[in-house]
Amino acid sequence: MKLKYFSAPYLVWMVVFILVPLLMIAYFAFTNDEGGLTIKYISDVGQYANIFVRSIWLALIATVICLVVAYPVAFILSRMDKHRQGTMLMIVMLPMWMNFLLRTYAWMTLLGNNGIINHLFGLIGLGPFKLINTSGAVVLGMVYNYLPFMILPLYSVMEKIDGSLFEAASDLGCSSGKTLWRVVVPLSMPGITSGVTMVFVPAISTFIISRMLGGGSNLLIGDLIEMQFLGNAYNPHLGAAISLVLMVIILVIMTVMNQFDPDDQVLM
Amino acid sequence: MENIVSLKDIIVEFEEGERILKNISLDIKDKEFVTFLGPSGCGKTTTLRIIAGFLEPTSGDVFFDGQRINGVPPHKRNVNTVFQRYALFPHLNVYENIAFGLRVKNVPEKEIVKRVGEMLEMVNLMGFEKRSVNRLSGGQQQRVAIARALVNHPKVLLLDEPLGALDLKLRKEMQIELRKIQQELELTFVYVTHDQEEALTMSDSIVVMNNGYIQQIGSPTDIYNEPVNAFVADFIGESNIVNGSMPEDCVVEFTGRRFECVDKGFAPNETVDVVIRPEDVKVIPADKAKLTGIVESVVFKGVHYEMIVDGVDHKWVIHSTKAEPVGSMIGMTFDPFDIHIMKKTEEE
Repeated sequence: MKLKYFSAPYLVWMVVFILVPLLMIAYFAFTNDEGGLTIKYISDVGQYANIFVRSIWLALIATVICLVVAYPVAFILSRMDKHRQGTMLMIVMLPMWMNFLLRTYAWMTLLGNNGIINHLFGLIGLGPFKLINTSGAVVLGMVYNYLPFMILPLYSVMEKIDGSLFEAASDLGCSSGKTLWRVVVPLSMPGITSGVTMVFVPAISTFIISRMLGGGSNLLIGDLIEMQFLGNAYNPHLGAAISLVLMVIILVIMTVMNQFDPDDQVLM
Repeated sequence: MENIVSLKDIIVEFEEGERILKNISLDIKDKEFVTFLGPSGCGKTTTLRIIAGFLEPTSGDVFFDGQRINGVPPHKRNVNTVFQRYALFPHLNVYENIAFGLRVKNVPEKEIVKRVGEMLEMVNLMGFEKRSVNRLSGGQQQRVAIARALVNHPKVLLLDEPLGALDLKLRKEMQIELRKIQQELELTFVYVTHDQEEALTMSDSIVVMNNGYIQQIGSPTDIYNEPVNAFVADFIGESNIVNGSMPEDCVVEFTGRRFECVDKGFAPNETVDVVIRPEDVKVIPADKAKLTGIVESVVFKGVHYEMIVDGVDHKWVIHSTKAEPVGSMIGMTFDPFDIHIMKKTEEE
């Protein structure tokens, strides 16, 4: 097949920009400044266990919220007539047209101690509440930024479900709740697993959101890694080690996730 | 026999003001095989969906076993449906598809095993329990769909063109099998089809529909032999339909000639539809006939030849066991009782 030559540039790309950097990260993680082999940095990662736990926890909460919010939206979207689906999809995608930093920055001004939300509370004699620099604000930022990544895969799977299956379920004695549980959820499983992957992975490694909305007290793994490469704590060996551990954690979580998918179609 | 399903003055109107059903009233007797027959868009599937509960009529009442069931959702109705394209659950295997309705109703596992087993045996799918429904042939999927509906022991089974996707031979086998199942289980079947032969083969009673109206209700023999109007005559089997008039009782005039018939009670010179079945046209020597024509084509159909004969004002379809040479002049005649006279139906 001549066609396979078309994939050659991509192969080169993968080797140069994905495989080589991965190997370099592994190399940095297991060596010290003198180039000697060491596991010092890998074992040092243990000191940051609390940050790992916090990152996983916040990303998990954000993923669950995204799933709960996106599921009904995607379902309603998939059952609309084709004409309106396009318009609604565009509305879902609309926030993504704006710059990521700008969107997150907007939340800073909304949530600030003198921000719009506290100002409104003030008008009815409440607050001010501490909204910004909380873990809640970080989760909110994650949900807001990554929600479309949950809606889209769910929608594209649900849209392919034949509507007569719902009638069949209803005909065989299912109330709407039972139809959801016995037909919609199992059939949308591939969408759930890929949506969860597409939200969880960027959420666990984000650093902008935690930096802007979490303040200093809600450090995530992403912030930690960034500090090792760009901050005062400059230590690329430790940064590489943390990255490597994070990668292994994500891989393990995704493998567990894959067990729920009957067709094993999840993107890793 | 008791009426199991009754429809009273059903009207269905869609948002755009389009009327799909225009006043349908109908009684379906218990343990009967009823077929809704008509061309696509005639409202037969809509009528079925009203009985199933997927669609609420704009006005009119639906009765089931004497109870009014307007507004009762499908999952609370004692009917089950075999869908046009089966609608099997792709995430479940054959066994779980059939067991679906029982699991929903929390039937004990032991009884599920027994009832699903019975169904598998009835539709001849033993050994296919674990098979994914995506890996079944059309005919096998059809059987699963029937088993999945019947395992719930519904009082009425609704079938929406269930054999449409099967090839001719399989369709004929399934027709006989469905009829057998209906008689063995003593159930009411309501069957939707546009295939008149299918309707004639299987039904106790046929409801011919067109344009949102019921045209005629009757047994297959009644409908074939005594169609009430030209539409029914044309839809059920082939027919020669010509314009005519009734100068007096028992005399009909068409193609400019007068023929003896058995119908009476029309106004003098009332215009009528004259319907004559192809097999009722008798071929006689041209010099002895009132009506003659030239044979245009002859097609061998197995048990008979189908001839198209160009007569006066009409191309006659004739079914005969003897072929006449193409281009020859033949004569045609009809027995009085084979000439069916029908009042003109007012068009909408």
